[in-house]
Amino acid sequence: MKRSRLVFWIFFAPVIMWLLLLIVLPHLDLLTMSFRGENDYGDMVWTIENYMNFFTEPVYWLTFVRTALYAIITTFITFLLAMPVSFYIAKLARTRVQGALMILLLLPFWVSELVRIYGWMILLRESGVLNFFMLKLGVIDTPIEMLYNDATMIMGLVYTSMLFMVVPLISVMDSLDDSLIEAAHDLGAGHLTIWRTIIIPHCKPGITSGSIVVFMLALGNYLTPNLMGGKNSLWFTEQIYNQFIASFNWNQGSAFGFLLLILSSLIIWAGLKLTGQKLGEVAS
Amino acid sequence: MTNDLSVRNMVKRFGDFTAVDDVTFDVPTGSFFSILGPSGCGKTTLLRMIAGFEGPTSGAIEIRGKDMLGVPPNLRPVNLVFQHLALFPMMDVAGNIAFGLKRRGFGSAEIKKKIETMLERVGLPGFGNKQINQLSGGQKQRVAIARCLVLEPSVLLLDEPLGALDLKLREQMKVELKKLQAKVGTTFIYITHDQSEALVMSDHVAVMNNGRFEQVGTPQELYGKPATPFVAKFVGDNNIWSGHVTQQIDDHVLVSTDEGYSFRTKAHGSCGDGNRVDLFLRPEAMRIEPRNKEGLNTFNVIVKSILFDGANSRLLTVTKEDHELLVTLPQNRKFDYIEPGNEIAIGWHPESGICFEAEA
Repeated sequence: MKRSRLVFWIFFAPVIMWLLLLIVLPHLDLLTMSFRGENDYGDMVWTIENYMNFFTEPVYWLTFVRTALYAIITTFITFLLAMPVSFYIAKLARTRVQGALMILLLLPFWVSELVRIYGWMILLRESGVLNFFMLKLGVIDTPIEMLYNDATMIMGLVYTSMLFMVVPLISVMDSLDDSLIEAAHDLGAGHLTIWRTIIIPHCKPGITSGSIVVFMLALGNYLTPNLMGGKNSLWFTEQIYNQFIASFNWNQGSAFGFLLLILSSLIIWAGLKLTGQKLGEVAS
Repeated sequence: MTNDLSVRNMVKRFGDFTAVDDVTFDVPTGSFFSILGPSGCGKTTLLRMIAGFEGPTSGAIEIRGKDMLGVPPNLRPVNLVFQHLALFPMMDVAGNIAFGLKRRGFGSAEIKKKIETMLERVGLPGFGNKQINQLSGGQKQRVAIARCLVLEPSVLLLDEPLGALDLKLREQMKVELKKLQAKVGTTFIYITHDQSEALVMSDHVAVMNNGRFEQVGTPQELYGKPATPFVAKFVGDNNIWSGHVTQQIDDHVLVSTDEGYSFRTKAHGSCGDGNRVDLFLRPEAMRIEPRNKEGLNTFNVIVKSILFDGANSRLLTVTKEDHELLVTLPQNRKFDYIEPGNEIAIGWHPESGICFEAEA
């Protein structure tokens, strides 16, 4: 009895250490830091000034609204693209092709995100591959700048998050009995109705968990918006970075960090409420 | 009499494999038609072609006189009850039954009325708000049938829907399905590998083997006058003797079995003089210790064991040449004295055996 408890603690210790040292402690430190600030005499005092700044300075909360909105759009586009892809892999492709397709999906993720984004930049920039061929073929006369706008940034975000939507969708679609689709077809439903009434309701848990992951990844992404979005599409993570590194205002930065955590959790909570789901059901 | 369904020269090939091989049949309006065959005989493929999920390689399907080739399943006036029922777990019972009605654009008041009438008809009044996983096996069955019948299809197709039920419930559902069909008058086409299901419920049964129809007829015809050795073997139990024809007398033949017995029996047309033949004999055709042996084929057997199964009890017996035979043991207490090891006399009437030319 005593022995087994010892073994339990030995195996459990790394997990607890990980959570405590790398997640709980830094967050506690950030939390206290976010409530500290200098008063008029330059002394450090307790204050909620850092949080108030977010609401009183339009540039801060507008950036957040923009970030959240684009993250939602990214999630939605990813969902629209991932749905037919996962349906094809789970239901239409033959077993052997299935594995190959999954590997093709995974392959880009063996390369770091930074390299992938640079790959896109080489393709899309003014002197890039795409412009070169379009000029050669005579489609355009002068090169077009395809980088540094919102559309390209969203495309980059969708590209980065695709896998995290496709994988949960494939696993829920695998569990969908083909005869349900046939039964619906037999009872007079067309393709659109089958998607609306059978496939999507069945895939709801997968859609929700995929959406949460993609939304969080898009919201917390730093590289893609920074490199592909250029200077005039500011992402909230860049605000946090600026506070920490550029302004050296750690107190303001940690307040922003906590606001991002709280507000994104609120958005997910609202999303779950709207679709009538519980987090526990999604996770299982 | 009109036909609800006509199938003409239907062929379906998957690569080199011929699943359905030149099948032709008609199903009269309002009848209960079964297709009986072992698994892998092509019966499900045939049903899926009627429902529209597969296209035939060649041949024609007509439903109520309308050609159905190229018509997708959602536009055909047939509905299919799936093997595993395929009820929609994301909807309640009423939602399942309303599904097809909504697709046809009925108003919500009318849908509600139809659901209630239909639930009453299948014996589940007030079940509309139940979830699918709250239902028992038999109730799910009825919801699956109600979901199709509410659309008033010309033909209702059933793909072994009783397969997943336990024995007791299956016996019960057999009778209920038959009653339901008589009540609603819809044409049922029922697929099964269980001969008792087919025999009990159907007006007509087609026996299918290797993609072909061996025989189409009433259950009595299949049992009493099998057209091929396969039907004789597949429908009901049969004892088989091998031998050759020694003499032909009208439609009867004298058969000398390999064990040396000489039997007089009814014969299928193809049994010529001297041909190798298989003689089929039902367990209940054999009488134990017949009092009047006049005109009977008689021989002696030794009882090996008694297979007691209530009204369906049999004796497992062997001739002295070690040929095993099943003999029906009537439960009228007359034969209670029989014990394993006894030697008894067996007699059977020439009309109750049937002889086919032996398969090469």
